[in-house]
Amino acid sequence: MEERMALDRRKFLGNTIAVAATLAAPMVKAGSHGKPRVVVVGGGAGGATAARYLAKDSKGALDVTLIEPTRTYYTCFFSNLYLGGVKDISDIGHSYGRLAARGINVVHDWAIGVDRDTKTVSLAGGGAVSYDKLILSPGIDFVDGAVDGWSLETQNAMPHAYKAGSQSELLKAQLTAMPQGGVYAMVAPPNPYRCPPGPYERVSMVAHYLKANNPTAKIIIADPKPKFSKMALFQEGWANHYDGMIDWIGSEFGGDNVSVDAAAMNITIDGEVTKVDVCNVIPAMKAGRIAELAGVTDGNWAPVHAASMSSKADPDVYILGDASSQGDMPKSGFSANSQAKVCANAVRGDLTGSKVFPAKFSNTCWSLIGTNDGVKVGATYKATAEKIAKVDGFISKTGESADIRKATYEESEGWYTGITTDMFS
Amino acid sequence: MIDKLLISLVFSIAICGFDVGATEVGDVSRGLKVFKKCTSCHAISPDARKRVGPALINIVNAPAGQVGEYKYSKALRAAAANGLHWTPEALDLFLKKPKAFLPKTKMSFRGLKKPADRTDVIAYLATFSTVETAAKPGAGFEISADILSIAGDIEYGEYLSSECTTCHQMNGASDAIPNITGWPADDFVTAMHAYREKYRSHPVMQMISGRLSNDEIAALAAYYSSLKK
Repeated sequence: MEERMALDRRKFLGNTIAVAATLAAPMVKAGSHGKPRVVVVGGGAGGATAARYLAKDSKGALDVTLIEPTRTYYTCFFSNLYLGGVKDISDIGHSYGRLAARGINVVHDWAIGVDRDTKTVSLAGGGAVSYDKLILSPGIDFVDGAVDGWSLETQNAMPHAYKAGSQSELLKAQLTAMPQGGVYAMVAPPNPYRCPPGPYERVSMVAHYLKANNPTAKIIIADPKPKFSKMALFQEGWANHYDGMIDWIGSEFGGDNVSVDAAAMNITIDGEVTKVDVCNVIPAMKAGRIAELAGVTDGNWAPVHAASMSSKADPDVYILGDASSQGDMPKSGFSANSQAKVCANAVRGDLTGSKVFPAKFSNTCWSLIGTNDGVKVGATYKATAEKIAKVDGFISKTGESADIRKATYEESEGWYTGITTDMFS
Repeated sequence: MIDKLLISLVFSIAICGFDVGATEVGDVSRGLKVFKKCTSCHAISPDARKRVGPALINIVNAPAGQVGEYKYSKALRAAAANGLHWTPEALDLFLKKPKAFLPKTKMSFRGLKKPADRTDVIAYLATFSTVETAAKPGAGFEISADILSIAGDIEYGEYLSSECTTCHQMNGASDAIPNITGWPADDFVTAMHAYREKYRSHPVMQMISGRLSNDEIAALAAYYSSLKK
């Protein structure tokens, strides 16, 4: 037993050293002012985490710039709980002051272009920043024309609320103003999209609000998919908490044949026109536009190597989170945070010669269905030559006790504090 | 009845081959003496009511957190919801150092250092328990001295810890998810192996520990124990 373990340990250390020797080239790169420069575009779960770990672990050896247009970042995760009245908007807002205090140069501006030959990122406010390594974590944008009748010009009448903040507040205001017995419609997105259980948690939270304030109101979901994440758990919860309120129309029932009319506040599902009071349109998604402008996308997303999250188009560009095409991980804040740490370890190794350890990824998504009724799904992942591949996973079971569900919800609150501390402190 | 219970207790201990005090048959009369340390907070008689802590009737081998009138800590409720059963082995770990086994437990008792004290007091508790079989999520959990003696690579542990920090805050705070910063290495290793062998049943922790090698668990334990609480 002892002998076998000793061998395992030697073998393990040997492998680690070999990996470090291969990936951590002894060459130390430096910009004109001495330190290697890393520019991170996007200050969400991927970008803020990557910037923080690079600054924290390099102990001043790297010059880290974070480009993020918003001064207060509202997390998409838990924004549904704000809609349901479980959380306040202030609970999900975070500033970048503590990252700045860590020595990260936080620039509140839009990145509008990347020149990969001169290694510079141009900013909407004028000027440019140069990089040795560029990390893009821009989240999502919407595919033009994805929902007939919907565009960015109509997003005020028919909010997506799938980038949290003003859109979330707008949708909440519209929900609150619904007449008694009114209709809330959602157009759900096709795969792949940010936060697979997100639309269904949102419906749960909207129903939670309506049950208390507008109990005769109805919710209809037009869905281009035949099934969705945690479907059995949500449908069980909807029957338990909101019986008769929610009507899910999947692709088999025409949910994939949808158009909207923002002026008339109509939604047409498979030829049938319905007048609605709120219309929450969540269109098909693609990588945040800067990824496309940088020329690292293939189709809607940016392909990456699993071991480091480096772009398949450019070894000095990395893509994190929703914008990346990486394999089996869902597009989630947890995933982006997990990928950011693998990426930061690889980037730091490349630039400073620090040890590079093997990639490990994980994800867990919690959803709240009703008061203290939390469920979760999670998995671990590894890097293979082709993709990030799933290793093992679990999902909450239907029929669980109220105690388990309550503990799951309380755990999700603990996770929220944990991950936001891991991003912004 | 007591004899029958003791036999079942001996049996369930024997199949586990535990090396930290639960391998011997407990001495009930010695256990009664040890239990005096518990009586300022816990009552134990068939009609006992709660005091500072819950009455300790039907505890051994029962699901945790089941004494109806007692308001348990969030930490214990979470562990119970995730399947914690008070098997003799789980009680042994808990009583050794309650705050290590279950950070944020309301039980402010420091713990019973001597393995024999724990074995005996568990044997005494078992005489007030009618739960005969342990509904253990995974029988046969054991942790050897070899595993506990693996020297962890702190630098690797620091890298691996980045997977933990998504949920477990580094600053020592805990909100339904326990603090693990500054946790003694042996406790850390024991807990992770208990999850990996599905002896403790939290699904996220089973999943995370499930793909960590013995060396990786040792590395994490070395790193976390090196941090100040």
